[in-house]
Amino acid sequence: MRPDTSPADDATDSEARPWLEVSRTLRKLRLTAGGSWTVHHAATLDPLLRDIDMSGASQVEIDGSGIAGLDSTGCWLIVRTKLGFENAGLGVPVVAVPEIYAPLLAMIETEHVTAPVVIPKRHTLEAFLEQTGRATFHVLAQGYGILGYLGRVTVEWFKIFSAPRGTLRVTALIHQIEEVGINALPIIGLLMFLMGVVLAYQGADQLKRFDLEILTINALGIGVLREIGVLFTAIIVAGRSGSAFTAQIGTMKVNEELDAMQTMGLNVVDVLILPRVIALVIALPFLTFFADVMAMIGGAVMCYFDLGITIPQFMRQLHEAIDLNTLLVGLIKAPVFAYVIAMVGCYEGMNVERNAASVGKLTTRSVVESVFLVIVLDAGFSVLFSILGI
Amino acid sequence: MSDARKEMVIRLRGVMNSVGGRVLHDHVDLDVYRGEVLGVVGGSGAGKSVLLQSIVGLRRPAEGLVEVFGKNIMDTDEAGLRELQMRWGVLFQEGALFSSQTVAENIQVPLNEYTKMPQRLKNEVTAMKLSMVGLPEGTAQKHPSELSGGMKKRAGLARALALDPELVFLDEPTSGLDPISANMFDTLVRGLQKSLGLTVFMVTHDLDTLKATTDRVAVLVNGKLKVGTIDSLRDESDPWIKEYFSGARGRAALPN
Repeated sequence: MRPDTSPADDATDSEARPWLEVSRTLRKLRLTAGGSWTVHHAATLDPLLRDIDMSGASQVEIDGSGIAGLDSTGCWLIVRTKLGFENAGLGVPVVAVPEIYAPLLAMIETEHVTAPVVIPKRHTLEAFLEQTGRATFHVLAQGYGILGYLGRVTVEWFKIFSAPRGTLRVTALIHQIEEVGINALPIIGLLMFLMGVVLAYQGADQLKRFDLEILTINALGIGVLREIGVLFTAIIVAGRSGSAFTAQIGTMKVNEELDAMQTMGLNVVDVLILPRVIALVIALPFLTFFADVMAMIGGAVMCYFDLGITIPQFMRQLHEAIDLNTLLVGLIKAPVFAYVIAMVGCYEGMNVERNAASVGKLTTRSVVESVFLVIVLDAGFSVLFSILGI
Repeated sequence: MSDARKEMVIRLRGVMNSVGGRVLHDHVDLDVYRGEVLGVVGGSGAGKSVLLQSIVGLRRPAEGLVEVFGKNIMDTDEAGLRELQMRWGVLFQEGALFSSQTVAENIQVPLNEYTKMPQRLKNEVTAMKLSMVGLPEGTAQKHPSELSGGMKKRAGLARALALDPELVFLDEPTSGLDPISANMFDTLVRGLQKSLGLTVFMVTHDLDTLKATTDRVAVLVNGKLKVGTIDSLRDESDPWIKEYFSGARGRAALPN
């Protein structure tokens, strides 16, 4: 919100409005100034000073003895005008201001820089080209970075299993499993229960027209177990844990904690990344199974109320519709999704720069990237399974 | 400066603040006069920054009266507060520059908000402010993340001074600066105070800064404020104040 008039204009010093008179005697130009020459009146004074007609003058005098208020902006206006006369070859003008303002004016005169700051325009073609180039290099650098990161983590993986004593940090791992797995149960349980309700309702609605409402259970069972259970869980986990990984590691980086670790001989991949990746790879299949069960319960409840199918009927029909493979096809994707989510989350965390804004930016990016990759991978799995005929 | 003619810029009466059940300010009084530099010192966690927050209206004290330019901060309406905010500038500990903007844009925020200057003049004024705080011209286009700690503080000061305020609050302006930069900062504050007639309220730990810049010092100990010149405070009986001014560092910075 911008005030229509700056408060100083009307309130405190209305009598001190700045004024400027330009008079000529023969070839001498005389500027008489008075009133309050402050930042709040600069907008009025600026055009007056810029528009002074210097033609025909060979001498200038600036008389500011009537000035009743002068701050650094006002001083700058005077200094700029003076410099303008000097550059126009009118000699060095004499400037008179009240004595109390003389030190300030002297300081601005010695401290000034003639070149004003340039604020680059943001929406020119040039800026567009620059942005395109920057983005291209950014993508290339990112690809390079991801490769390096993948290599680093892979090397550490092998070290864990080949070292005489495993370097796996069990305490950190268990803590992470609790964090990403057990603590996620309520939200995933609730959402998948509701998902089951919604799917059963939609299926029943359509299939009722053909008197095949019992097949709702088949659709629900196969749909949830093969696709929706694992996909939905992965997306929730990406939003919940992938983002947390980025934020945690990123904040540590801003705080120089990662550097501190390195100087103490702790391996960042070992201490921070692997426990998170392994924890998620372990937790996500379990979460997916839990999600499947909750969705079935939601579906059963809906079938009972909407279609009057009792729980034993539901179980019988479900048993006919699905077999172990249906469940496994869904569950086998979970560790892959988990690996991708955790790796992206940690990678973006490592990318955080040393400022707070960067944490937020990369956390957002981490979620978007991991959800995107999960869906792409899911499509890949579908293609693979259809080729394999599963 | 004769006592009778001193104009009060900040007036605190019976200000009480507590954080987490611990009393930080036990009904403190403080007067700051126009044109003086007041240093506020105290141990870590003694509540120096909280005191500053209470004065600039970021925090409402539990009890007491806070007046700035004769106006009660706590029951001033939004328009009144805006008028006050225009008359003071605050330099936060880490500069608190807006990270999405360049240094030049940061300095122009108050100019855009409170004046109707044409862009060309704003750019000139920005360049002048930068040179006033001793930043090279190239800094203007940089983002805060590209600046060192000392440069951030200078840029923060340039922003605080953008509107030529009458009163400037500085929160640990020299902490984290090398001695040379800290010295330059002291000279800068003193110089600006003289030429602009500023009133400065400065929270600091730095004994050299205290000596070089302040007219009076307020010491915050055990929730109470002891105010005086450095010389008069040396004779205080409080052990913390004694240790502060007469400990090894105190003696080095403030030889008798």
